[in-house]
Amino acid sequence: MPFNVLVAVSLLYVAFLFTVAFVAERRARGGLASWLRSPLVYTLSLSIYCTAWTFYGAVGYAARSGLEFLTVYLGPTLVFVGWWWVLRKLVRIGRAQRVTSIADLISSRYGKSNLLGVVVTLMAVLAATPYIALQLQSVTLSFGVFASDTPEGWALPDQGATALWVAAGLTVFTILFGTRNLDANERHHGIVMAIAVEAVVKLIALLAVGIFVVWGVADGVADIMRRIDLSTIADWQLRPGRWAGLTFVSAAAILTLPRMFQVMVVENADERNLATASWAFPLYLMLMSLFVVPIAVVGLATLPEGANPDLFVLTIPLTEGAGKLAMLAFLGGFSSATSMVIVAAIALSTMVSNHIVTPLWLALRVGSARAPGDVRGLVLMSRRLSIGAVLALGYTYYHVSGGSAALASIGFISFVGAAQVLPAMLGGIYWRGATHVGAALGLVVGFGVWLYSLFLPSFGPAGLISADVMALGPFGLVWLRPQALFGITGLDPLLHALFWSMLLNTAVFLIGSLVSFPGPMERLQGVAFINVFDQSSGPGGWSRSAAEAEDLLSMSQRILGVEEAQRFFQAQAAAQGKLGFLPDPTPDFIARLERQMAGSVGAATAHAMIAQLSGGATVSVQDLIAVAGEAQQIKEYSAQLEAKSDELARTARALREANDKLTELSVQKDAFLSQISHELRTPMTSIRAFSEILMEADLPDDMRGKYAGIIHDETRRLTRLLDDLLDLSVLENRRVQLNVGVANLHDLITKAVTSASSTRPERVFVVQRDAASEHMPVFTDTDRLVQVFINLISNARKYCDAERAVLRIEVKKRGTQAEIDFIDNGAGIPKKAQSLIFEKFARLTDTSHAGGAGLGLAICREIMANLGGSIDYLPGQGGAAFRVRLPLKRKG
Amino acid sequence: MPHTNQPLFLARRSYRRRRMMDAVRVLPLFGTVLLMIPLLWRPAETTEADTAHGVVYLFAIWALLIVSAFGLARGLAPALLVDEEPVGPDGSAAAADAEAG
Repeated sequence: MPFNVLVAVSLLYVAFLFTVAFVAERRARGGLASWLRSPLVYTLSLSIYCTAWTFYGAVGYAARSGLEFLTVYLGPTLVFVGWWWVLRKLVRIGRAQRVTSIADLISSRYGKSNLLGVVVTLMAVLAATPYIALQLQSVTLSFGVFASDTPEGWALPDQGATALWVAAGLTVFTILFGTRNLDANERHHGIVMAIAVEAVVKLIALLAVGIFVVWGVADGVADIMRRIDLSTIADWQLRPGRWAGLTFVSAAAILTLPRMFQVMVVENADERNLATASWAFPLYLMLMSLFVVPIAVVGLATLPEGANPDLFVLTIPLTEGAGKLAMLAFLGGFSSATSMVIVAAIALSTMVSNHIVTPLWLALRVGSARAPGDVRGLVLMSRRLSIGAVLALGYTYYHVSGGSAALASIGFISFVGAAQVLPAMLGGIYWRGATHVGAALGLVVGFGVWLYSLFLPSFGPAGLISADVMALGPFGLVWLRPQALFGITGLDPLLHALFWSMLLNTAVFLIGSLVSFPGPMERLQGVAFINVFDQSSGPGGWSRSAAEAEDLLSMSQRILGVEEAQRFFQAQAAAQGKLGFLPDPTPDFIARLERQMAGSVGAATAHAMIAQLSGGATVSVQDLIAVAGEAQQIKEYSAQLEAKSDELARTARALREANDKLTELSVQKDAFLSQISHELRTPMTSIRAFSEILMEADLPDDMRGKYAGIIHDETRRLTRLLDDLLDLSVLENRRVQLNVGVANLHDLITKAVTSASSTRPERVFVVQRDAASEHMPVFTDTDRLVQVFINLISNARKYCDAERAVLRIEVKKRGTQAEIDFIDNGAGIPKKAQSLIFEKFARLTDTSHAGGAGLGLAICREIMANLGGSIDYLPGQGGAAFRVRLPLKRKG
Repeated sequence: MPHTNQPLFLARRSYRRRRMMDAVRVLPLFGTVLLMIPLLWRPAETTEADTAHGVVYLFAIWALLIVSAFGLARGLAPALLVDEEPVGPDGSAAAADAEAG
């Protein structure tokens, strides 16, 4: 078959796919494409799992390793029949959290950590390169089969050029359909439809070749069975480790391959499609593998020794002369390869642009305010470039690795790389204790082991890891040989890498999670992921109701206040030309209202409230956190206000108290002044009267002498009063000069008793003392202290009304103070008056009778205060009792 | 009395669904055990070639899994519509719980 025809057919086929994608896209946009969301299309789109690896490689795999190829399909079968466990949860989480890629899933689960997004993206891109290289290699090989005369002559000179052309063509196709528009849900109806068509093409092609082989070349089922047992395949080595390990890694890969995640979770339009896919997808896989063994057996038997078994699907029809079937098979293989590359490139470019390019650009752009349209353009452009870059990487891998390895072995390198996400993913959706630290460490460690022990060695001895390192380990560290880590040799390299990478990955993930502490965002997201089934059945009607102006008004009245809200709504209605009515809830109006409310309740709260009413997105965790933050600020502010108002209240109380005191003092001052004038006036009056009498000429001498004596007494009394006042004033202002000296208390009391004996000397007055207790040294102003004692003793002499007056003086030492009690046996002081006796001019009895001005006790109190002690009335001692307290040691 | 029959009917249906959920959870475990049986094979060592039997065995298990998954998926698809627990209009999920427990 001429090479040109082949190219023409391929181009026609691509044009057909393009049309299918285009029509599907248009219908989807017009809302006419409910069949695009059907379970059938969903299941068929899942079939991108069956790539050229399946289409060509499975036969080659079977020819080399017998039934082992089945593990690649049995693993996913188990995952899908067990959809209730993992897939259902993944899809629900994907829809609830609007996950756009597997990197987004991991990043979102672990507190929207962009670091994890970057790690997963880089891993996914690297892990996908061998896989894309595999597709390029298979398409190139299949072109080669047709281009040369001999079926196995695939080593044509322009092989590299073919791969390059295929890569370029796929890039263009993917860019055209993968990045036409930016959809919030990252759904690509056109692409999904195109790969569904391709799924049908590859299934029909493989079945057709299989039927041709079984009933055309061989002689029916029984003959094939006989041939199987006769062929070399019957002697295949079943290695238990590989059987279990490969089943596991393919089961893991179907969950973690970025392109599978894309079609399975991101493009999922209806959860019920998963129920159908749970049996339909295993069925598809089974049909794809049904004829693999027969084709391999027949190929091995009929084709010459040395023919590449990876190409039996093409070469058997060609050698049997069925050119059209070969063409169909070619298209099937072409479909397998292209659909995988397209979806993988879209998935990877989404991850690259969302997790690497856009955050970088936004971080670098700080300050310059650009229109949001720019971001759209940037995202689309970064996706286009990423698609190109991903394919370029695949081509590079193909180029560097030489394009000679068996397809299956290349594919498994990718699988093991992709499977490294599994611990973080399963841990993230089932274990609340999984943290981003654990996830990041696990991912990096697992990926590192994969890179070192599987990916880099796959370039061969001439590649990135030299033969020396392979044999002796890096820097001569034998226990670090890439394919014999920790000195354990003899393991299958693939199993070795799988075992160590997954083991270390899981271990580090668990330990890292156990010892670290998740942030609040992470914990919220963890709960949202793990309990996804408990939360999704919320009151749905709420968020879907459209914004009614009335609802908005009633809400904003509660927030802005009735008057202001109504004024705002009226103004807006007037601006819309609807004076007197409610304004239409136009986006502009809603934005204004949101701004208005943001002033009252904070931007995030306002946004969340408006979003609830206007049927926008439901409130996200970030919104809630922002709301909580605002509420916190408001709370803090009000707490500050409260503290301030408390302070003000305290100040006001202090002011009030000060004012009361001032008023009281003023009253006291008035009373004092009137007392003083009264006290001064009385002697002055008598002095004036007697001096007027003295002025009369004819006064007898004895009268004159008597009156002069009265005047003299009165002036002495006045002088004493003025002395007392002066003394009191000095004492009250604490301006008194103290002459501190040492004295024996006993001597001081004796002195006082002697001095006081001049008061009413006619009375019989007994002073009881205990001399022994009185001997103690005191450091104080002795004159002043004696003055206090004299005053107290004189008072007792004056006022004690007992028939046999007795004054008891008791001295006690109490700690650092001396207590001197003066207790007489009189009637004492009435309780009511006890609080008054230390006040100035306080006199309980008639003034004339006492003869003092009533300043004595006031002066005593001031003196004791100046000496650092005190004087108090002691109630309940059987008479008037005063206690003087005096510090024994001088202060300061 | 149709009125009293209604909850009974609903309870039985949700009971059936719960057992189906159990079954769909167990299915992959059974599948794994059955598909790991080849670990015990020694195809290269047998005197009589029996790889064809092996093919038949694996595809038979495969077909069995698909058929079981088909039956369970048909039974469980309605359950996906009404979220995790199918609840009757009069709250008969409680009855289902009692029955299940």
